Amino acid sequence: MSEAYEGPPRILVIDDDEALAEMLDIVLRSEGFDARLCHVGDTALAAFHEHRPDLVLLDLMLPGRDGVDVCRDIRAESGVPIVMLTAKSDTTDVVKGLEAGADDYVPKPFKTQELVARIKTRLRRHVSTEATDDVLRIGDIAIRVDEHTVRRGELEIPLTPLEFDLLLALARKPRQAFTREVLLQEVWGYRHASDTRLVNVHVQRLRSKVERDPERPEIIVTVRGVGYRAGEPR
Amino acid sequence: MSGIARFAPVRLWARSLPFRVVILTLGASIAILVATGWFLLDQSSRGIIEGKTQASVAEASAVLQSMQTGLNSTDLRTTSINERITRLAREAATRGQYGNQYFVVVETPISTIAPDGLDAASIPESIQQSMTAGDGLWSTPTLIRFTDGRDSEPGLVVASNLQPPGQQLYPVFFIFSTAAERQTLAVVQQATLATGLFLLLGLSLMVYLISMQVLQPVRAARRAAERLAAGHLDDRMAVVGTEDQASLATSMNHMAEQLARKISELEGLSLVQQRFVSDVSHELRTPLTTIRMAGEVLHANRSAFDPLTARSAELLAAEIDRFEELLTDLLEISRFDAGAAELSLDEVDLSAVVHEEVAAVARLAGEFGTELILDAPQRCHAEVDTRRIRRIVRNLLTNAIEHGERRPISIHVRGNDDAVAIAVRDHGVGLSKTDAKLVFDRFWRADPARARRLGGTGLGLSIALEDARLHGGRLTAWGRPAEGAQFVLTLPRRAGDQVTESPWPKRPRDTQGGSDAVA
Repeated sequence: MSEAYEGPPRILVIDDDEALAEMLDIVLRSEGFDARLCHVGDTALAAFHEHRPDLVLLDLMLPGRDGVDVCRDIRAESGVPIVMLTAKSDTTDVVKGLEAGADDYVPKPFKTQELVARIKTRLRRHVSTEATDDVLRIGDIAIRVDEHTVRRGELEIPLTPLEFDLLLALARKPRQAFTREVLLQEVWGYRHASDTRLVNVHVQRLRSKVERDPERPEIIVTVRGVGYRAGEPR
Repeated sequence: MSGIARFAPVRLWARSLPFRVVILTLGASIAILVATGWFLLDQSSRGIIEGKTQASVAEASAVLQSMQTGLNSTDLRTTSINERITRLAREAATRGQYGNQYFVVVETPISTIAPDGLDAASIPESIQQSMTAGDGLWSTPTLIRFTDGRDSEPGLVVASNLQPPGQQLYPVFFIFSTAAERQTLAVVQQATLATGLFLLLGLSLMVYLISMQVLQPVRAARRAAERLAAGHLDDRMAVVGTEDQASLATSMNHMAEQLARKISELEGLSLVQQRFVSDVSHELRTPLTTIRMAGEVLHANRSAFDPLTARSAELLAAEIDRFEELLTDLLEISRFDAGAAELSLDEVDLSAVVHEEVAAVARLAGEFGTELILDAPQRCHAEVDTRRIRRIVRNLLTNAIEHGERRPISIHVRGNDDAVAIAVRDHGVGLSKTDAKLVFDRFWRADPARARRLGGTGLGLSIALEDARLHGGRLTAWGRPAEGAQFVLTLPRRAGDQVTESPWPKRPRDTQGGSDAVA
C-alpha cells in the first residue's frame, strides 16, 4: 500500500461547486497540501488515475456519475483514504457513502480546522504505524504489523489502511472490549464524537472481508451493550 | 348479574335494529291477531249458539205443538188431565232421546214430571218468573246438573206453557245439551290460538330474516368503513344487489377513492416538503461552507488588515456561526414538521451524559459567575438518542445560565423503574404564568428588551420539546417571577414506552404554587 512519498501530500477534491472547490484549494494549499480539483463525477476516476492522490475529498452530490458510485469505483482499485463531504447528514446518505467505501465524512458546513484535522488523521494513519516485527493473531488470521498485511494461512486479505487500523486497534488489546466511542477516538481521531454509524458500517465492511461467515463473526466479536472485541486466537 | 340480565333487553333494544324490528312487529301483530281472533271467536260462537238455539226452539215448538194438539184432543171425561200430560211428556221425552237430544220437564200442580237424575236446579229461576206472562217461547242458557253423579254440562232451556182446556197453565221445559256445540267452539278456539301462534312465530322469523337482509348492506358498509379507518384504503365493497344496496356500495367506494386520493396527495405533499427540506439543506450548506472558509481565511489574517477591515472580518466570522446555528435549527424544525426526524438509539447512562454536558458549559458558567451543582447520585441508564439528549440538556443549561442571575443552578438526575428525569433549576428571573405557557413556542423571547448575551436562535426549546416527544418523553416548564424556573425532562427507559410518573416533580420541592406550563 505504501507508495513512494515525496513532496506535499496530494489531495484530489471532487466537488461540483466550483466556488467551494476553489476555496478548498486555497485552504488546502495554505495548509501545505497539493490540491487538485475535479468538478464532474464522470471524469473523477480519470482524474484519480492521473493525479494518484494520497487522499480524496469527495462530494456525495455530483452531476453525472453520483458521488457514491465514484466512491465505489475508486475503492474497487485502491485503498486510498476517501473523506466524503456531505450536505445531507441524514442517516441514509451518510451510510450509503460509508458502505461504498468512504473512510470518513465531514458534514457541511464545516470549519477549516475540522476538515484539516480529518485529512491529517487519515494521512497520518496511512503513512505511520510504528515499525515492529510483531505478528498479532485474532481467530485464525495473522496480522503482520510491519508489513501492513493480514493473512489467513498463506492467503493475504487485502484491507484498506483504515480497515487495517481498525483491526489492529482491536488486536493490540485482545481481551479488551472497545466501545464505539473509544474506537472512534483510536481509529478516526475523533474526540467527543457520538456518530457510531461510522464504526458500525466499517465493522460490517471489515467482517465481510476477514470473517469466514460474517453472520457469525469470530474475528470481530460483538460485545452486547458495549461494542466490539477481538476474537480468541486459534 | 340480575342487573345485567334486567338491562340486557334494554341494551339489545338500543343496539340491535333487527331486535327492535322483530319486537315492534311482534307487538303489532299480537294486537292485530288478538283483535281478529276475538272477532272470529265471537262471530263463530254467536253463530253456533244461535243456530243451536233456533234449532232447539224450532224443535221445542214442534213438540209443544204436538203436545198441545194431543192435549186439546183429549177427552177429559175418560182420562184425567194429569195422566194425559204425563203420557204426553213421556212421548215427548221418548222423542227427545233421538235426534236433537233434550230432556222434558213438565210441572203440573200435583207433581213435576222430570227424567231420572236431572236436578231441578238446572232450570234457572229467571225463566220460570218470565214465563208466567202466558203465551210464548222463552229460551236461556243454563248448566245442566245431575243428581246421579253425571258431570254437569252446558245446556239451553226452552220453556213454554201447555194450555189444556181450563185456566190452568202447565209449564213445559225442554233442556237441550249444548255440550257438542261447546266442544266445537273449543276446537275453533284452539285452532284460532294455534293459528295465531304459528302466525306470530312465522312473522317474527320472516321479519328477522328480512331485517337481516336489509341490514346486510348496512353491515357490509360498516365493515368497509372500519377497514378504511384501519388504513386499508384499497378495500372496496362489492357492488351487488338491489339498486339501493348497489348505490350504497358505490357511494362507499367513491368515498374510499376520494379518501385514498386525498391521503396520497397529502403524502405526496409531505414527500415534497421533505425533499424540499433536504434540497434547501444541500443548496444552502454548500455556499455556506465556502463563505465560512473564506471568512476563516479573512479572520485568520485580520492582523494584516486595517482596524475597520479586521473588525469586519471578526463580525463576519461570528455571524456566520450564528447563521449556521439558525440554519441547523430551522432544518431540524422542518424535519420534525415533516415527520422525518428519526431516533438513533443507544443505551447510555444519562448521569454520565449530564455530567459531560455540565462540564462542557462549565467555562460559560464561569464567565457568568454562576455555580453549577450537579446532583446525580446514581447511574440512570436509558435507551436514547444521545445527540438529541445532549442537545436538550445543553439548551436547558445555557438557558438557565443566561437567565439565572448568577445564582447557583442545580441539576438533578433521577430514575425510577420506567423513567429517567433530568431537572435544571435556576433561581433567576423566572417565568410568569403567561411566559411558562409560551416558552416552547418558536422564536419566543422571554423579554424582548433584555439583551441576549448568548445569542441562540429562539428555536432551542421548541426543538428540545420535539426531541423529548420523539423519545416518548416530555419536557415541562415551571416558573415564578423573580424566583427562577425549573425545566424537567422525563424520558422513558425504553424509547417509545409510556411515561406514567416522572421521578422528579415538575414543581420544585422548595416552593408552593407558581404557574406551570406542561408540555
